[in-house]
Amino acid sequence: MTIDWSHFTPWASLSGGILLGLASALFILLNGRILGISGILGGLIPPKRHDTIWRLAFLAGLFSSPWIYKALAPASLLTAPRIDAGVLLLIVAGLLVGLGTRYGSGCTSGHGVCGLARLSPRSLIATLTFMAAGFAVVFIARHLL
Amino acid sequence: MHRLSEFIVGLIFGLGLLLSGMTDPGKVLGFLDLFGLWDPSLAFVMGGAILVGFFAFAVAKKRASSFLGGALSLPKSNVIDKRLVIGSLLFGAGWGLAGFCPGPALVSMASGQAQALIFVAAMAVGMIGFEMIERSK
Repeated sequence: MTIDWSHFTPWASLSGGILLGLASALFILLNGRILGISGILGGLIPPKRHDTIWRLAFLAGLFSSPWIYKALAPASLLTAPRIDAGVLLLIVAGLLVGLGTRYGSGCTSGHGVCGLARLSPRSLIATLTFMAAGFAVVFIARHLL
Repeated sequence: MHRLSEFIVGLIFGLGLLLSGMTDPGKVLGFLDLFGLWDPSLAFVMGGAILVGFFAFAVAKKRASSFLGGALSLPKSNVIDKRLVIGSLLFGAGWGLAGFCPGPALVSMASGQAQALIFVAAMAVGMIGFEMIERSK
């Protein structure tokens, strides 16, 4: 293992993580809900009566964030994302993420943040599993193929 | 009041994803590349988020209603079954292929990124597929 110091951003990542925790905290304490993106989105497919508006309000906030971020953040924090995946890979990855998160009842936010924060054994297993799968796929793609 | 709160929470969450680096697939894959040139930043994202969340959920566990007066529902299931493990395996594999998980993909799509739009469209199809499989049972 070699640390990639040139891309390592401990302070921005810790601060961003604290914001993610703050959002999750506000959501459970004010709205009484678990902040899990795949669950919030999946509940709209298909939309159900009396269970749609709150999801759309959340997504409207989420969708506003890049525009507000661009307006507020200093140039040093506006690095362009690196996306190497081509169209076919993006499609396969998207299908797996959509199917997998609904089957496993959560993703990085619902299991990885909220689940671990409330000490759920179920979420711990889910998080260890998707992390292990992610490590394995990147290992195969970058070091074996 | 609830709608405003949901909007603001979504906004804060999105800002957190952007600031933390989660919306950069290259950074995510750098974290998942444990045996290559490893970028540990994402461990700090999770650490910060879980630390703040821990105190909030400790408070939430003692309450039956939210501070805005609605129901406060914590997941009750403790079942560790095949669905949980296989679903998480599929999700992790997809995450490792492109470096996108659902939240960052939605934020990147909203900022006008074409690759994220393709990913989100496929993710929605995957979710529709899940509903169809569940209903056919």
